[in-house]
Formats: sequence, C-alpha cells, structure tokens
Amino acid sequence: MSLVPETDYGTPASRATEQVALMIDGQAVTVPAGTSIMRAAMEAGIEVPRLCATDSLDAFGSCRLCLVEISGRPGTPASCTTPVAAGMVVSTQTEKLKKIRKGVMELYISDHPLDCLTCAANGDCELQDMAGAVGLREVRYGYAGESHATQEKDESNPYFAFDPAKCIVCSRCVRACEEVQGTFALTIQGRGFDSKVSAGSLSDDFLSSECVSCGACVQACPTATLSEKSLIEIGQPEHSVVTTCAYCGVGCNFKAEMRGEELVRMVPWKEGKANRGHSCVKGRFAWGYAHHRDRILKPMVRESIDQPWRELSWDEAIGRVASEFRRLQEKHGRLAIGGITSSRCTNEETYVMQKLIRGGFGNNNVDTCARVCHSPTGFGLKQAFGTSAGTQDFDSVEQSDVILVIGANPTDAHPVFASRLKKRLRQGARLIVIDPRRIDLVRTPHVEADYHLPLRPGTNAAVMNALAHTIVTEGLSDERFVREFCDRDAFEYWAAFVAGPQNSPEAVGPIAGVDPEAIRGAARLYATGGNAAIYYGLGVTEHSQGTTTVMAIANLAMVTGNLGRPGVGVNPLRGQNNVQGACDMGSFPHELTGYRHISDEATRGMFEEMWGRSLDAEPGLRIPNMFDAAIEGTFKGLYVQGEDILQSDPNTAHVAQALSAMECVVVQDLFLNETANYAHVFLPGSTFLEKDGTFTNAERRINRVRRVMTPRSGMADWEITLAIARAMGFEMPYRHPSEIMDEIAALTPTFAGVSYDLLDRVGSVQWPCNETAPLGTPVMHVGGFVRGKGNFLVTEYVPTDERTGPRFPLLLTTGRILSQYNVGAQTRRTGNVAWHDEDLLEIHPHDAEHRGVRDGDWVRLDSRVGSTSLRARITDRVAPGVVYTTFHHPETQANVVTTDLSDWATNCPEYKVTAVQVSPSNGPGDWQKEYAEQARHSRRVAAE
Amino acid sequence: MSSDKLVTMANQIGRFFVPQRDVDPAAAIALHFRKFWDPRMRAAIVAHLDKGGEGLDEPVREAVLRLKDGRA
Repeated sequence: MSLVPETDYGTPASRATEQVALMIDGQAVTVPAGTSIMRAAMEAGIEVPRLCATDSLDAFGSCRLCLVEISGRPGTPASCTTPVAAGMVVSTQTEKLKKIRKGVMELYISDHPLDCLTCAANGDCELQDMAGAVGLREVRYGYAGESHATQEKDESNPYFAFDPAKCIVCSRCVRACEEVQGTFALTIQGRGFDSKVSAGSLSDDFLSSECVSCGACVQACPTATLSEKSLIEIGQPEHSVVTTCAYCGVGCNFKAEMRGEELVRMVPWKEGKANRGHSCVKGRFAWGYAHHRDRILKPMVRESIDQPWRELSWDEAIGRVASEFRRLQEKHGRLAIGGITSSRCTNEETYVMQKLIRGGFGNNNVDTCARVCHSPTGFGLKQAFGTSAGTQDFDSVEQSDVILVIGANPTDAHPVFASRLKKRLRQGARLIVIDPRRIDLVRTPHVEADYHLPLRPGTNAAVMNALAHTIVTEGLSDERFVREFCDRDAFEYWAAFVAGPQNSPEAVGPIAGVDPEAIRGAARLYATGGNAAIYYGLGVTEHSQGTTTVMAIANLAMVTGNLGRPGVGVNPLRGQNNVQGACDMGSFPHELTGYRHISDEATRGMFEEMWGRSLDAEPGLRIPNMFDAAIEGTFKGLYVQGEDILQSDPNTAHVAQALSAMECVVVQDLFLNETANYAHVFLPGSTFLEKDGTFTNAERRINRVRRVMTPRSGMADWEITLAIARAMGFEMPYRHPSEIMDEIAALTPTFAGVSYDLLDRVGSVQWPCNETAPLGTPVMHVGGFVRGKGNFLVTEYVPTDERTGPRFPLLLTTGRILSQYNVGAQTRRTGNVAWHDEDLLEIHPHDAEHRGVRDGDWVRLDSRVGSTSLRARITDRVAPGVVYTTFHHPETQANVVTTDLSDWATNCPEYKVTAVQVSPSNGPGDWQKEYAEQARHSRRVAAE
Repeated sequence: MSSDKLVTMANQIGRFFVPQRDVDPAAAIALHFRKFWDPRMRAAIVAHLDKGGEGLDEPVREAVLRLKDGRA
C-alpha cells in the first residue's frame, strides 16, 4: 500500500476547445488555449518550481519561483500567470532562472525555522521540496536578523493549528478560503515584513472568526503553517485509501490517510466528482467519533428496558434476536415484526436488510429514515418525470444562470455543494431563495439573492403555484419544450388551474406573507434568466403537502423547459449520505429495488427466484404506521439499523409509547443512542471506516466506501444482518459486499452495469448505469422523460391542519446547523461541539420582547403534543411569528413538540410546521430532567 | 390504528386526487390505499366505514367502500 498519488498541475485546467501548440524545454506540447505555461509544462512532465501556485486556485504570481524564459520575449515571466501562445518556445531551466530561484528561496528560508526533523510536515512540505529542487545549499543572510520565529501559534481550532512562524505568506490559504470555500474569513493583514495571515479582525482567532473549518486552507498550505492536529500528533501517513464521507448527501470523496490502522487525517480527493477536492468541517475533521469512548463494542441484551445491559457473545446475541423474532411471529403473526434500514449504511447493507425482512421475516414491514426526509421526493418526481431522483450532477451548477433554492440551507446542510454554488453566484448567476429564514445564502460575501421570499411555514405549494401562475399568465412558458416533451392535455389542464385567480401572487401573497411583486419578479427571473436550476431540501418535503410541492417544483421546471441539459433541473439535496441509495435499494415497504412495486408479479418473481423465497405482495408498514400498530398491539418486534428514531422522529412521547409497547427492539448502532433506551438487544455497528460498500449521493452517484480498519466490534453491519438471516434459516452466502452489488445489478435495471470493478476503474457512476449508459447518466431526461411525456399534476394548496391560535401563536420550524449532523450521535462526539453544544431557539426580537425574553434566556417551548426548554437566541433571521431550532441534542429533543401530522402521500412528518408558544423558564423542564434520569438508568451495563 | 388518524390521512389523500384531470377520485384514492397502506390499515379504515365512517369526505368514503368490496 502507498499514498494515493495526486498530480498538482499548478493552475486550473482551461475549458477552451481551441488547442495551442508550443515548445517547452525542447518538447512539443499541445494544450487548450488559456492554459498556463506552468500547467502545460506539468502536463508534459516538466515540473516548474513553485510555491504560491496549486491547481485548485487561480494563478496568483507572487512567489517568483516559477519564472521561465520565453524566446523573443523580455524578462522572466511567472509561468503560472502566463498563458501559452501558439509557437511559443519556453525554457524552464536556465542559468538565469536557476540564480533567481535560488535567491528567492534563500530569502524564504532566511525567515523560516530550520526544524525540519521535528516539523509535522517533514516529508510533505513544498517549501522543503522547493529548497531541494532549486539546489539551495546555503543562506547567505544568516538567521540572526528579524524574523517571525517567535510569533504565537493559534491553536484555537479543535482540528488544526496555525503556526505563523512557518508562514511564507503565499496567500494560498486566503485564496482557498475565497475561491474554494467562498467564506472570505481569512486575509493578509499588514504590509511588507508585517504581512501575516489573519482570521478576520485583530481580536479574532481561528475559532472566533468566521472560519467554517472546511479545511481548504490547511489543504492549500504548502508548509506546516496550517496543519491538522492529528497529523501533528501522529505523524505522516504511510498509505491512503479513497473512500466516501458518511455525513450529508453530497457524498464527498476523501483519501483516508493512514498509518497502519490508525487514521491520520481525511483529505478531500481531487478526483472526487461530487466534491472536486473540497470538504467541510464534518467530513474533513469530525471522524473522531469512530474512536470515542462511548462506542459500544460488544453485543448486549436485557430482558426488559428497566434492567441493566448484559454483555454476551455475538453468537448468543444473534441467536437471541432470531429466537425472539420467531417467537413473536408464532405468537402474534407473520406481520408482527419489521425493520428499519439506515441511510447511513451502505447500499449493500441496506439491500441485505430489506432482503432479510422480505425474505426472512416474510413480510414487507421495512422502511428507512428517508421516510422522514425525502420520501415525497421519490413519490413526486416519479409521478412527474418517471424517476424517483434528482435530474443533474453537481457539476451542472457551473452552467446555471439562475438558481432557485427552496427549503434548503446548503451552507449548513450541504456545505461542499454550497461552496460550488456560491462560486457560480460570484461568477454572476442570479439567486432566488424561498425560505422562512434569512439563511446565509441570502446575503453572504460577494453573494446576494435577487429575491428572498420569506414565506410563512406551510405555504410552499401556494407560493410555487403563484410562481407558475405568473409564468403561465404572462406568457413565459417554454411552449416548444412543453409541446415536444410533455403531455399536452395534462399541461393545458394544469395551466388552466394555475391561471386561476386563487393562485395569483396577489391572492397568495397575504396567505404566505410574501410581497406579490417579489413573487412575480422571482417567477420572471426563473423563467427568463437562462439556465435555471432548482435546489430543494427538507423545507419542501417535511410538510403535509411535501409531495404536492415536489410536484409543483417539477411543474415549474417543465413549463419553463428547464430540464434535460446541464445547468438546469430539479435537484433534491438529500439529508444523509445514503438517502438516495437506501431508497434505491428497496427500503420502502411498497417497493423493491429500482422503485418497482411489490405487487408487480414479474418483478416479484425475479426476486423470488433469486432469493429462493416467496414474497408477500402486500405493502408493509411505514415507520409511523409501525408506531401506531405497536401501540395498537399488532406490531411487536423491530430491528433498527443506524437510526435513532426516538430522537429523530416526530412526537417523541408517541415514539416512546410505541417502543415501550414492543416486546423485542433490536438496535444496531455505534452508540447507546436514545432509541436504545427502549431496546432489548444492542448490536454494535461499524463506522464507514470499517467496511466496504457503496453510498449513492444526491446526484445518483454510486461511490465506493472502502474499509481502512478492522471493524472494532468484530463484524461489519452487513455481516450482522447476514448472521441474523442465517439464524432465522435464510442463507445469504455473500463473501464480500461486491457480491451483494452483483446481485443488486442482476435484479435492478438502473444498476445493471454497476460493479466494484467498474467503480474501481472509473471512480464513480451515476445511475442509470446499464447497456444504454455504461458509464452512467450525469443528466437525466435528455431528449425526453423516463416516463414518456412529462406529467403536469394539479397542485392545489391545502393549508395544514396545524394552525396557530391564541394558545400556540408562533410557528416552529426545525433544521440543521453546519457543525452538527442530524441527531448528533456522531458529531456530538467530536470537536464540533466547540461550535454548537446545545440547541438554541431562534426568535425574532419583536416576539422576544413581547414575551420578556432576552438573548440567552431559558425559554419553554410548548406545542399541542409536548414541551421542552432551551435557550433563546434573538435574531431577525426569522420573521416575526416564526421560531426555529435544531434537533441535534437529546437534552432538548426538539421533536418532543413536533406533531405526527404528515405528508398525504408518504407519511413524511410535518416537522417544518408546529404551532407553539414560547415563554420564559428557569431551565430544563421536568420532562427533560426525568428523561435524563431515565436515559442514565437505561444505559447501565451490568458488571461481568 | 386510531380511526381519527386514518381518517385524517385518508382525507388528505382525497384532497389531492379530487382536482386531478381525468381521474375517478374514488378509484385513485382506493388505489393509493391498495398500493401504499398495509393490510391492517386498510382493514381499519374499512372497519371505520362499517361503523358509520364519521369524518370521511365523500369520495374517500366511496374509495373505502370500493376497498371493502374488492373493487380496488
């Protein structure tokens, strides 16, 4: 094993199609016009010395090391900033250049500590490399003069240190923060000798600054100035493995850089097609949970949930699960048990889980956490387009002219995509944001939304209809697209519907709390601004009309012809790393892999033949239905893999009641999560670092997950599921996840061409990947829709049953924050708590003043179903009448107050609209204290 | 299964299908039940109809009747 090699070409690739021929050091080179001499040389295998250049950043031309000579031109221009020209004759190594470079290096080194042997970057330092490359043998100036050697380190960030003594002021970190991340947190402060990298104002350190800890600066640093603390502690890695992040749906590729089985650092892989070499604080740094002391590494059981846990062997634990599930089925019937697959687990693990349930349990009581996030996406887009997935790849954003973001907060929840989006906005694309909150994208450095429609929670469908009304009634439809690609009758019926006066911006504006003229302006911009793309998130789906709004989004894209080419499309931003994959793999109770209904005899027959089992043709229970059935007494056993339903699902008291009513709850997870407080068997899961498999991201991209260390509990998650199946008499004789993928490919037309061999060869592919598209499908619906003609559906606005009134006058909406991830099971066990260690309630100053609430005060949050207490943050990011919080911390459990109202088509909970009241409180409420005590009691482990 | 919850869910489904083009709302609602509701939920909504079907909107009531009669 060795480190995965990556070539740094010094400057970005040119996208020009015109080719230019030139000579470099006697070699004929042909490259696209606009390519720098530095890059052209590198492509020819000639490495020009450099320090301030790296190919993730635009050329800067400051280090004066990459100078070249060009025949017929005076001077020694920088090769990074000089583009190639036809017939140019370049020399990269001459006596003159050697002398200049050596002189430059002497100056750098004269103010650089000579502690290479004890430096964290020893062996991976570009300054060290360049000193060698230019043949530096002495520094004539000595080291006695004024230097930066005594400058204080900034170690405030939990993950990386800044050592100004080692800084060469090349500005790569500052430029990475600007160009790659788009945060503009760093700057060069001072002039000349006093120049130094600064994280914001003089009083700021890295932690207190606007730095989002994405790691781009650390990656860009050519010296040890910015170094990962893990690298400083452990030392240089000796091998690396390309794998895929297990956090959000962007699905970034990383190099897991290892020393033995110890992870030294995660470095974003430049060849990763989703992230293109960028990362966020979670994927880059927040992997310490894998070794957190809270991890449970041995199986445990208990007779009842008030007893302490008892450790036992894997064989005993698996036997216990199988015998309990069989007992429950014998006593209460075949349909009395079920399972929940995890969007954090791999495709292969999800596939074998649903296979166990369908083939081993003999029913279809399988569901997945996508139920509570993007199930409306699958349903809605299938009805409109014929495919339950987004239409584009992430690269597509680079060709967008107008970007409409609705119900998504990419800078927090999908930060790496957000950086790519912001880059496009800085290049001039226009932005429409539809969100109750003034999310960061509305106004961020060098980005400002043309329109922000701060709609009232619950009115998405109405506003989308109003946008469509404007487009249809003002003649902004793309008639050609509709005529060619869409169902004409459906279009005309829908057009007549949206043209109705009830859908006009003037009628919708007062309902949604949005200026009608802003709605009209946004609609005109979307329809006429060029390539227009829609990106949306859970602010769309987690509503009683989630599916309706997804359909309305599809209508909007179709009526304006914004489908079927790069730069446009309908793009659901998936919450978890493998939400798309979990859905693709047949995790929903009504469908098999590839979204084929369980009642379809031909499809079911294929699976029956392959699995050697007859399958139930009836749909099973969805997660909320499982809870209801448990309380009713017909659902008695549940196998939950990698999901903390007690904390993540709505109406916590209802979930707790359901779990308490079951006789055997099996939790497979890394930690004793909140659901485990109600479990009878705990099976220790494995992290993404400990297993092989694939994740499918929000752009349908199937990415490899590669094992870099032995499963700490002894078994990868897929092996646990196989063991349970075997104990229940259902053999699944896979020796490796690649064999599971082979079976998936054999049974699933959209995955027919997918294999580990292909993924190892090409990196990743987007489904459909089959005979027609052997390397996958970056953009869907090119030249026609998968379902045939695009289907316009009527999306009548129906107000939610959740209403404000005198008792509950405010609307609560919930979401995520950058540094934490969902229920926080992973991120709460990392240094990320430095940024967010408790859930806060955002409340508008007007609402706060009215209630006598000051910033930081404890407040009680009451809804019709429960109450909790947390601290208030007063901010005008939320509109009057709207409050917002996150759901990352079990001490708060925001879902104590959310209701079990749900989407009409999918039962996706309506997290985003809860009528609440806020009042001052003295601290955590009685429920929180009782719950904390119960959780502590429940987590006891009996001494051996 | 709580009848109130099932009635709410059923009526939500009904409100989507009623305004759709070329659709027999009762048939579409019944098909939705058939495709996405587990058998015990379907049995529960039928049982609710048998007890009078309080709260069910008209096309939803007809859909449940079709479910009961095996016409979905």
